[in-house]
Amino acid sequence: MRIITLVKHVRDTETRVKVAENGAKLEFIGENWVLNPYDEFAVEEGLRLKEKFGGEVVALSVGDEESSKSLRQAMAMGADSAILLSDPLFNDLDPLSTARVIAEQLKKESFDLILCGKHGVGDDNQAVGSIVGALLNIPVATVVVNLEIQGSDVKAKREIEGGLEVLEMGLPCLISCQKGLNEPRYPSLKGIMSAKKKEIRTINASVLGIDEKFFSKRIKFITFLEPPPRPKGKLIKGEPRDAVKELVKLLSEEAKVL
Amino acid sequence: MKILTYFEVKDGEIKKASFETASKAAEIAEKLNGEACALFVGENISEEMAKSPSRVNIKKSYILKNESLKTFSNSIYASAISNFAKEREFDAILFPATSTGKDLAPIVSAYFDVPYISDVIKVDVENGDVTFVKPIFSGKAMKKISVEENCFVASLRVNVFPVIEKHCETLVESVEAKLDDVKSSKVTGYEKGSSELLDVAEADIIISGGRGMKGPENFEMLAEVAKLFGGAMGASRAAVDAGWVPHSHQVGQTGKVVSPSLYIACGISGAIQHLAGMSSSKVIVAINKDKDAPIFNVATYGIVGDLFEIVPLLKEEIKSLKG
Ligand SMILES: Cc1cc2nc3c(=O)[nH]c(=O)nc-3n(C[C@H](O)[C@H](O)[C@H](O)COP(=O)(O)OP(=O)(O)OC[C@H]3O[C@@H](n4cnc5c(N)ncnc54)[C@H](O)[C@@H]3O)c2cc1C
Repeated sequence: MRIITLVKHVRDTETRVKVAENGAKLEFIGENWVLNPYDEFAVEEGLRLKEKFGGEVVALSVGDEESSKSLRQAMAMGADSAILLSDPLFNDLDPLSTARVIAEQLKKESFDLILCGKHGVGDDNQAVGSIVGALLNIPVATVVVNLEIQGSDVKAKREIEGGLEVLEMGLPCLISCQKGLNEPRYPSLKGIMSAKKKEIRTINASVLGIDEKFFSKRIKFITFLEPPPRPKGKLIKGEPRDAVKELVKLLSEEAKVL
Repeated sequence: MKILTYFEVKDGEIKKASFETASKAAEIAEKLNGEACALFVGENISEEMAKSPSRVNIKKSYILKNESLKTFSNSIYASAISNFAKEREFDAILFPATSTGKDLAPIVSAYFDVPYISDVIKVDVENGDVTFVKPIFSGKAMKKISVEENCFVASLRVNVFPVIEKHCETLVESVEAKLDDVKSSKVTGYEKGSSELLDVAEADIIISGGRGMKGPENFEMLAEVAKLFGGAMGASRAAVDAGWVPHSHQVGQTGKVVSPSLYIACGISGAIQHLAGMSSSKVIVAINKDKDAPIFNVATYGIVGDLFEIVPLLKEEIKSLKG
């Protein structure tokens, strides 16, 4: 089984974000880059399937040279090799364009399964994986917390409001992985050492055979904004019983939410 | 400008978020002298149901029908939607950002070959451009964007846009869907969660517990309050990781992002990842024994005290309020 895992190099969730230069830029405080937490579920699932069925796991990322760190992380966990799609043309793309770049490469690869994380933290689009699947005309299952593969039959359970949806499809397909699917392993020292020797194939736009004409309609950036400030809060003092009475009164009469 | 809103129907009922989304679509269309239409997909949509967008000033509804649309299959539905949008020359398609909407919209974006903007919290028309505000970094910042030629697929966050009642006549047209030969996953079943409460993603009132709840048995008391409210019970990651509550209840960066009218946080410190999931709630109540807990920075109302004393009192008060 040849499994492709789509991974992204992102700022970790502790990073603080500030809008700077009148909305033209973002400033990051305490930034620390990691393999997107959801992609860890995808890599882990790929490794487990490889352990069960044999084959190989290939990690693929779109990004600059720095992204190779997350590819190394995926290989330290156990992925066999990696592909980095990297070109100035690929910077700051919207989900459709990013997915089109990935699909362009995957049309040249053989694969039985594509795994990705539920969403990339930061941009928070929850879209690239699904679009890749759609462009390659393979079935797509998103927000998956349970996956069973038998022969070429795939059964997945996805999280929806109030329960789980059961989905069936055939291989090859694309699965977006949600927390709960598995417990990602930590890379072993041996894994980290051997990851250094594994191959990362770097592919730019011209090797991929595309130029700026490849991208169609573009999203126009206008500005970054701070989240709307929250009105100053009220601390309710007094004996617990009185405080709760006061709270319920405020909720129904002042805030009108009850 | 022609704009289509996908109406989600589950168990024979239209999801309320569809009306929220359509209200916005109607407003955009009015400002741009365009046309906003509703789109229903499936075999079990009645004419009467397809007329209900009349509530929110949508003058035309379409029902896409086909044998293959009997049960939900994301790529097949997406194919039907995008082929229809192309044929009738729609510029834009809006989805409510429900779990179905977020599943469908990116696939439609691929087939329709139009950029996708997800989980939008604000839409305006400025100088003829439709502009979107979308949270990034789980709401730590926002990004404002537009799309060339106002061609877009977008999903609108649930519970953020008001339903604007403005009645009109609505014409209904049934259309035989055209489908491409797409490979799709198929929904073959549903497993209802153990809880009889609403999901946090859908509820208008949420009461959440964190590590301060001390153990799984104490969440029972939150569930009871949630039930009185007709709302949902949420949890911090600490409570989920401790195994006290299933992950489906987790609110935050790696859980669900919610914007209910009322969010009550009990024994939750207010870590940045938790705030990311709930700080756009309209009213926030914090109950915490530590007066310096960061949750108080975002709270509309706060009570410093022992939740084991406060929550039972709250339950009593709500009970008497609801009669
Ligand atoms: C990658 C990543 C993703 C994350 N994603 C999420 C996420 O999605 N959601 C999330 O919630 N967290 C998330 N976290 C974890 C987050 O950093 C915090 O660890 C977590 O939110 C803490 O949960 P808590 O507030 O329940 O616990 P604590 O921080 O331990 O706070 C417990 C609070 O309870 C109060 N308390 C204790 N006893 C009582 C009492 N008797 N009465 C009243 N108050 C009491 C205490 O004063 C304290 O403020 C994430 C972390 C990382 C690294």
